[in-house]
Amino acid sequence: MVEELGSNTEGDLIINVGPQHPATHGVLHLVITLNGETIKKVEPHLGYIHRSIEKMCESLTYRQFIYVTSRMDYLSSHINNHACALIVEKGMQIEVPPRAQVIRVLMDELTRIASHELWWGAMAMDLGAFTPFFHAFREREAINEIMEETCGARLTMNYMVPGGVLEDLHPDFQRKVKEFITLYKRKIAEYDDMVTGNIIFQNRMKGVGVISAADAISYGCSGPTLRGCGVSCDIRKIYPYELYDKIEFDEVLETAGDSFARYMVRIREMNQSIRIIEQLIDNIPEGDVQAKTKAVLKLPKGEFYQRVETARGEFGIFIVSEGGTNPYRIKFRSPGFSNLSALDHMARGSKIGDLVAMMGTLDLVIPDIDR
Amino acid sequence: MFIVNYIKDVFTALKSLAIGLRRTLFYFTHHNEIITEQYPDNRATLRLADRFKGEVVMPHDANNEHRCTGCTACELACPNGTIKVVTKFDITPEGKKKKAIDKLVYHLELCTMCNLCITACPSDAIKMAQTFEHSVYDRSQFTKVLNNEGSKIMEGVE
Amino acid sequence: MWSFSNIADTLHTWLHNTFNATLAKFVEMVLVGVCVISLFAVLGLVLVMMERKVSAWMQIRLGPNRVGPKGMMQSMADTLKLLVKESMTPDGADKFLFNLAPYIAMMVAMLLMAPIAFARNFMMWNLNIGVLYVSAISSVSVISILMAGWASNNKYSLLGAMRSGAQIVSYELSAGLAILSIVVLTGTLNMNEIVLSQADGWWIFKGHIPVIISFIIFIIAVTAETNRAPFDLAEAESELTAGFHTEYSGMKFALFFLAEYVNVFIVCAIGATLFLGGWMPFHIGHWDGFNRIMDLIPSSLWFFGKTFFLIFLIMWFRWTFPRLRIDQLLNLEWKYLLPIGMFNLLLVTAMAILGWYF
Repeated sequence: MVEELGSNTEGDLIINVGPQHPATHGVLHLVITLNGETIKKVEPHLGYIHRSIEKMCESLTYRQFIYVTSRMDYLSSHINNHACALIVEKGMQIEVPPRAQVIRVLMDELTRIASHELWWGAMAMDLGAFTPFFHAFREREAINEIMEETCGARLTMNYMVPGGVLEDLHPDFQRKVKEFITLYKRKIAEYDDMVTGNIIFQNRMKGVGVISAADAISYGCSGPTLRGCGVSCDIRKIYPYELYDKIEFDEVLETAGDSFARYMVRIREMNQSIRIIEQLIDNIPEGDVQAKTKAVLKLPKGEFYQRVETARGEFGIFIVSEGGTNPYRIKFRSPGFSNLSALDHMARGSKIGDLVAMMGTLDLVIPDIDR
Repeated sequence: MFIVNYIKDVFTALKSLAIGLRRTLFYFTHHNEIITEQYPDNRATLRLADRFKGEVVMPHDANNEHRCTGCTACELACPNGTIKVVTKFDITPEGKKKKAIDKLVYHLELCTMCNLCITACPSDAIKMAQTFEHSVYDRSQFTKVLNNEGSKIMEGVE
Repeated sequence: MWSFSNIADTLHTWLHNTFNATLAKFVEMVLVGVCVISLFAVLGLVLVMMERKVSAWMQIRLGPNRVGPKGMMQSMADTLKLLVKESMTPDGADKFLFNLAPYIAMMVAMLLMAPIAFARNFMMWNLNIGVLYVSAISSVSVISILMAGWASNNKYSLLGAMRSGAQIVSYELSAGLAILSIVVLTGTLNMNEIVLSQADGWWIFKGHIPVIISFIIFIIAVTAETNRAPFDLAEAESELTAGFHTEYSGMKFALFFLAEYVNVFIVCAIGATLFLGGWMPFHIGHWDGFNRIMDLIPSSLWFFGKTFFLIFLIMWFRWTFPRLRIDQLLNLEWKYLLPIGMFNLLLVTAMAILGWYF
């Protein structure tokens, strides 16, 4: 089937989806070749929101470059910042105080839930159900308020700094988080009522956008996209950083490899994040939130790599240091880019409506892809 | 057997749809669940978090005095070149020259509210304000001078 | 007593006494035309407002609340905006067809108004084949969509139009079968007589299970026929941006928009007439006392109440369900609705012959 559709013949319909299109959630440009409603080829064109962040980082100090990473994958900015802080700490052997470690993990998991909430609403909207979008924002707003109180910002927090976190937690933090957990547990059943259990939704998702584990690995997919194929790839489990080796949580795996598997991975991951938060929220140790660091940070000469698990998959930072105050070369490995590259493989032979559903389950954040 | 499955399919499908419909009907009839904030109307009661990073300001006391020594730590800490410290030399009564700020220029349009300047400041001269309505008609209005006209440094701040 | 039929009769007698027969007929036609157009305008405003409020409340929002008391004038303001907007015709478009399409959509909606019984003894055209007329004319609406999609010279529009063509043509079958089950029970195609046949109870109660099945099929089919979510594949915002009306703007777009809402009203009016007794008040068999109390409520209120209930049902669907895919849409029709509809028709026929209804 795929071979037969592979060749470009006369009478193919070539459509530009994007850069301005409701389903791409940003400035992604897909050139799709159609045969009737059936997709023959998907060709992503990138670069519409390229800001050369990697090059920018080379001219910034190790304290300054963190804020730029909030602007890559803006839905998991805490986790990106976390990776930056970790790589500097790794290079300079800074010991992070235990309180700061717990705060970092709490913030990471809250961010992961917020990101998955937004993804859930946006994906339901891609499939034509508008109402879940607003319901998802209700829960996400609760998290945003917690973030705003403690970090002073709702989206681009810049809260993690080398050696700890910028400020101590807000006095209301624990109470608010507990309130959020009760709200979340009450509302998550509604998600099943409105979307997961819906027969139309299941038909749109099951058996659509199937990718085998081998293909997913060869495309470099990570995160829920790869875990939906049954491959264990949670960085928090296999390369534990911070406290993750001391916390109890399960890596969520589904085996089908279709859109519905990816969907279920994310939904179940939210529950795991809640589990992590519940373990930590009453056990925040007292103490400093920031280790004593030198005013000017200098990474020793060498190469450093640090990976973290963002809401979308493996996020990695590679730094080549010449021993100065700025990185000599910096490279980000963003999960969205690799996941997007698998889209063509998934979409061939399916319908336009499926393409939208697949893009929804890949959870693409365009600034993360372009950087 | 096929018929039984067929009928079962139809009924499970209808049931799943009915569950969704019940959920939306609940929200249709329960208006206390509405979460809309009527923004421009609730300005009087709208209170942002104390730590909200809106813009950089320099607090002055009643005598029009600030705490800025003009050390340019904030200028160095800023990743975007948002802050420009223009210094001058005051002549103290003893006839000595003393470094002080003439102007602390702040470009709001370049600022990413990363809080690095605030943490870098050794004398707590600047802080984040909780304002958020930054729209102006002309870009030049984004360039602000943070110290007041004729202000001078507080006694005892080095 | 003030009722629609009395007013119409008085006007009719007065016109015929004042003018000669031809002129009176002419004036009556003009009056009917004016009435239909104003009904259109009012319906458009009310239904858009209703849709926005229904969606807002389901989405835990407030909805329009600024223009006029409780935001009720919002749709007026929107209409005004659309009126003053530039109606562009794209360069590559087939200009004639492009500009003709919205008017055809509108005309179809207007024609469909004719055989509907709005109140007791009050309808524009007491047509003896009313039901057949409705299903015949409503098929024309697909032409306007195909025309718009083709003439726009836009690939999204074309895809939307093609989807719509496949969809409307197939769903008309099951809508027709559902209507047919009532026709079998009543033995007439005249809308007014169908209403009168429900004087001792509405068909949905009298005809019990088979009629309820055809009612469900009818609602699903007309939702698809009017291109409403979850069957809004012709517009499919997240897939085809705006489908067949991607290139339309200003008043030409508004006409499509208005035609959609008027179509919804009409199919709901037909559904109310066939299954819920049209303007017939809620009657139970021979409980004369109860029936007389129900008769006190004006018949037009009954009609509009039932129609708006069905409209609410369709809006409720729209704001709850995700969209189907094109092949699933056709599967639903050909593998589920049509066989069930046919079997159900058989059941209804048997029921009608054996008299197994109340």
